Amino acid sequence: MAGRNDEAYWKANIRLVLSLLAVWFLVSFGAGILLVDVLDNIRFAGFKLGFWMAQQGSIFVFIVLIFVYIRRMDKLDARYRRSGDAGEDAAQ
Amino acid sequence: MSVQAWTFLFVALTFGLYIGIAIWSRVRSTRDFYVAGKHVPPLANGMATAADWMSAASFISMAGLISFIGRDGAFYLMGWTGGYVLLALLLAPYLRKFGKYTVPDFIGDRYYSQTARMVAVFCAIVISFVYACGQMQGAGIVFSRFLEVDLTYGVMIGMAIVFFYAVLGGMKGITYTQVAQYCVLIFAFMVPAIFISILMTGNAIPQLGFGSQLTEAFGGGYLLDRLDGLSEQLGFPAYTEGQRSTQDMFFITAALMIGTAGLPHVIIRFFTVPGVREARKSAGYALIFIAILYTTAPAVAAFARANLINTVDNVEYSAMPEWFGTWETTGLIRFDDRNGDGRIQYTGDAETNELEVNRDIMVLANPEIAGLPNWVVALVAAGGLAAALSTAAGLLLVISSAVSHDLLKRGYMPEISDKEELLFARMSILLAVLVAGYFGINPPAYVAQVVAFAFGLAAASFFPAIIMGIFNRRMNRQGAVAGMVAGFAFTALYIIYFRFINPAADNPGSWLFGISPEGIGSLGALLNLIVAWTVSRFTPAPPAEVQALVADIRRPEVD
Repeated sequence: MAGRNDEAYWKANIRLVLSLLAVWFLVSFGAGILLVDVLDNIRFAGFKLGFWMAQQGSIFVFIVLIFVYIRRMDKLDARYRRSGDAGEDAAQ
Repeated sequence: MSVQAWTFLFVALTFGLYIGIAIWSRVRSTRDFYVAGKHVPPLANGMATAADWMSAASFISMAGLISFIGRDGAFYLMGWTGGYVLLALLLAPYLRKFGKYTVPDFIGDRYYSQTARMVAVFCAIVISFVYACGQMQGAGIVFSRFLEVDLTYGVMIGMAIVFFYAVLGGMKGITYTQVAQYCVLIFAFMVPAIFISILMTGNAIPQLGFGSQLTEAFGGGYLLDRLDGLSEQLGFPAYTEGQRSTQDMFFITAALMIGTAGLPHVIIRFFTVPGVREARKSAGYALIFIAILYTTAPAVAAFARANLINTVDNVEYSAMPEWFGTWETTGLIRFDDRNGDGRIQYTGDAETNELEVNRDIMVLANPEIAGLPNWVVALVAAGGLAAALSTAAGLLLVISSAVSHDLLKRGYMPEISDKEELLFARMSILLAVLVAGYFGINPPAYVAQVVAFAFGLAAASFFPAIIMGIFNRRMNRQGAVAGMVAGFAFTALYIIYFRFINPAADNPGSWLFGISPEGIGSLGALLNLIVAWTVSRFTPAPPAEVQALVADIRRPEVD
């Protein structure tokens, strides 16, 4: 059972990482570079949105992404570690 | 008290602190020397990583560069922080689970090959060495300008300090001095930024002052709008508009992100924590600590730019404040009264412009330009030194461990004892300090340009090899070596061609896909991936024990 358990853990891990990287790509390469001129039409306070995303906003999102990852992985680890000891498949 | 007296006081106090920490944290085993015994708490490791990562370039040069290139400066900001997302999600936890001492350790074991190990040793030494020379030079510049000691003595003092705590304490000494250096450098960066933000916008938080209205004394209106207006009026491009092509921005940002995640002195920091959980956590803390400076830098850049234009444009030369003359004598500000009217014309038109300002002085001179008290000006010098020395120490440790651990212990002299290995590690730090110091005093003309090398090469060599080592179980030694060599050679040749052989062709017209040499590392990384994958399909799968190693790296940690 350990083999199947490992595989389920790894799949859940990959899913999480890919979804976080999608956000990472959207805020930096998407909002900060590819769509920067379009987003610049939106303003808040003294900023144009595209400019702000490129110089400050994306960095704040990066921090949030890492902390979401830490929390979710802690939970994932705890679940599979426990089930690994009991020899059951906890992916269900 | 004068600026110089304050500077001496701060530098003496901080150096005393670093030496105290070094004596407290001296070590006796290779495990302590290479990875601080693997018991650095995540918060401390986050601070150490931040100081390790933020070099003289981040502290002294980055805000100045941004203030002259405006929105395009975003590639530094996103590139040098976004890399931490890759590091936290794709590298740090797995490399910690692997649990050895160095990056070549991982490459050599995962690819069951001495060739792969030696290629990695070569890459690690070249990358770290290029970087370390720049740090020594940065420390020398701060010494010579603020303490008015000769550059040679400046570099020698810096070398002596780094040597002392790196040799005594190895990674442990370096880690705890870096924690102290982070506190010094962030305080030194934030205090002037907060002062200037209050002065110009009335908002004490520079990140918010960036988007606020200027006070009446500075002409009112939003800072960025006013900056756009001033820039255009003087014939510069608008501050919040981009100048580089979209694809070049894309590739440079990618190269800096991937390069950040592939730099051995950053990766090695994640080997020092007790476990996988702590590795993830410390990546998160590191990014917070880095972001404090990196979200302030663009605000400082905008403040400095507006301030500079306000102070100098069309003002009589004889009415310039004292700092103008001081920096003029260093040659970093140059004024040439072309039309002979006794006033400074600062314009974007090369024909009529009369003022040249070196980008590096924006952070160093900003407190003086804004008329802040002497102790704040002096603080910046101590911060610049902390930034340069902390990074230099981290790099020297990579060089030393690559020589004593990877080249000797796991390469040519496997029979040496732990004690002998430790001695070799200390000797190679001495050698590295001397060579880096020599180049700090006699900088090769191309130091600034070779920095692009470090990132491009790390991106094109290490990052893909490590990623595939973890995420592609089928990747074998033939694929990894071919990929690293192809990525490294392609990136190196591209940069050498445009920077040294044919600099005349270094323009968007002749670049491959419009990608500048700064951004080529990302294409090199892609090439590495493609070559490695293709070669591995046609060669035998890795042996069972290596596949078991990969499976183990992927399993959740047992406590």
